[in-house]
Amino acid sequence: MERIPILKMGEYLLVTVQVDMHDRLALTLQDDLTAKIVQAGAKGVLIDISALEMVDSFMGRMLGDLAAMSRVLDAETVVVGMRPAVAITLVELGLSLTGVRTALNVERGMDLLKARIKERRQNDGSA
Amino acid sequence: MGEQATLTDILQQDEAGIGQRWIDAQLSAHGFRADRISRSEVTEQSKRFLAALRQALESGSTDLHSPAWANTRQMLDELSASRAVQGFSPTETAMFIFSLKDPLFDALRQRLTKDPASTVAAQREISGLLDRLGLHTTEIFQKNRERIIIRQQQELLELSTPVVTLWEGVLALPVIGTLDSARTQVVMENLLQRVVETGAAIAIIDITGVPTVDTLTAQHLLKTVAAARLMGADCIISGIRPQIAQTIVHLGVDLGTVVTKATLADAFAVALRRLGLTIAKAQPAAKRAREADEDETTTTGRGEN
Repeated sequence: MERIPILKMGEYLLVTVQVDMHDRLALTLQDDLTAKIVQAGAKGVLIDISALEMVDSFMGRMLGDLAAMSRVLDAETVVVGMRPAVAITLVELGLSLTGVRTALNVERGMDLLKARIKERRQNDGSA
Repeated sequence: MGEQATLTDILQQDEAGIGQRWIDAQLSAHGFRADRISRSEVTEQSKRFLAALRQALESGSTDLHSPAWANTRQMLDELSASRAVQGFSPTETAMFIFSLKDPLFDALRQRLTKDPASTVAAQREISGLLDRLGLHTTEIFQKNRERIIIRQQQELLELSTPVVTLWEGVLALPVIGTLDSARTQVVMENLLQRVVETGAAIAIIDITGVPTVDTLTAQHLLKTVAAARLMGADCIISGIRPQIAQTIVHLGVDLGTVVTKATLADAFAVALRRLGLTIAKAQPAAKRAREADEDETTTTGRGEN
C-alpha cells in the first residue's frame, strides 16, 4: 500500500508529502506519525507540503489535527512550503489553521523548530 | 406607406435645402459647442446623415433594425462614439437628430394646403422615426460610456495592487481604494506570489489609502493575513487612521493577534527589529573627515618609517 515516508533526523521527524494526498493516505499518515513520534521520542515534526497542489476541507482539518496530535505528544510541528493557491483555498474554506506553525521552506522551518525547542528547554529548566 | 412616400418625396426634392437649414439651425443653436467640434465637421456629418437617411427611406422600410438601415445605424454609431470621446453630453448628441425635425416640418408645411390628411400623417411618421434615431444615438452613447468605465476599472485593478520590497525579507503592500472581494483576490495572489519569489518573512499591509473599513473589508484583510501566515510570512497592518481605529472598535471587528501600527514607519521598525537589524545614525561629516585625516597621517607616518 502507498505510504508517506516519515524520516527521522536526530530528534526531528521529516514528513515530505510528494504525492497528491487522498483521504485514506491522510488517515494512514496520522496513524504512522503518532506511532513514530512515540517510538522515536521526537521533539519536533516538520511537514513539507510543497508538492501538494490541491486541498479540500478534509485535508485542511487533517493538517490541523496532525499538529494538535503532535503537540499532545510533546512535539513541535511546523508545516512548510505551502503553495499560494493552497493557502488561498484554505483561507477561503475558513481554515486558517490558527494552531499550526508555518514557514516558507524546509530551511526556515528547521530554524523555527530549533528555536522553539530551545526556548521550551529554557522554560522547562527555569520552571 | 403613403406618409413615408411623402417624406421620401420631400427629401428627394429638397435635400440640399433641408440640409442647409438643418446645419444653420445646429450652428446657431444656443448650446452649440464650438470648442468641441468644428463647423465643417458638423456640416459634413449632417450631409452624410441626410444622404444615408434618404437612401434608407427609399428602400421603403421604417424598421431601424432592417438591413436597409444598416448604413444609417453605422453612421450614427460612429457619430455617437466620436461625440462621446469629444466630451458631449447624451442630450447634445441626441439633439443632433432632433434638430432635424424643424427643417423637415417646415418643408411639410408647404404641402399642408395641398394634401392636409397625408401631411399630418407624414408629420407623425417623421416625428416617430427621428425619435427612434435619437434614442439610438443615446443608447450607443451609453454603451460607449460603459465600455470606457469597464476599461478604467480594469486599469485601476492592475494599477492599485503593487507589492514593494522595502528591505531584504520585508515586503510592503500599499492598498489604495476600497477593498472588495475581487481586489482582495488580486492583492492576495500578488502578495503570496511575491512571498514565494523573495522568501520574505514579513509583509506590511498599509491601509493608509483605504477610505473606509467596514466589517467586510476587515474580513478581507484578515483573510490576506491568514493566507500569508500559512505561507510562513508574518503580516503587520499599518496606516490605521484615527477614524478607522474608531470604526473598527465600534463595529466589533476582532483583528485577533495581528500586529497593527499607526504608520508604515512604525511597522518597518518592528520588521527590522524582528530580523535583528537596527538603523544607526551616520557619523557627522566633520567627524568623519577628521577621522579620515588621522588615518592618513598614521598610514603616511608608517610609510616613512
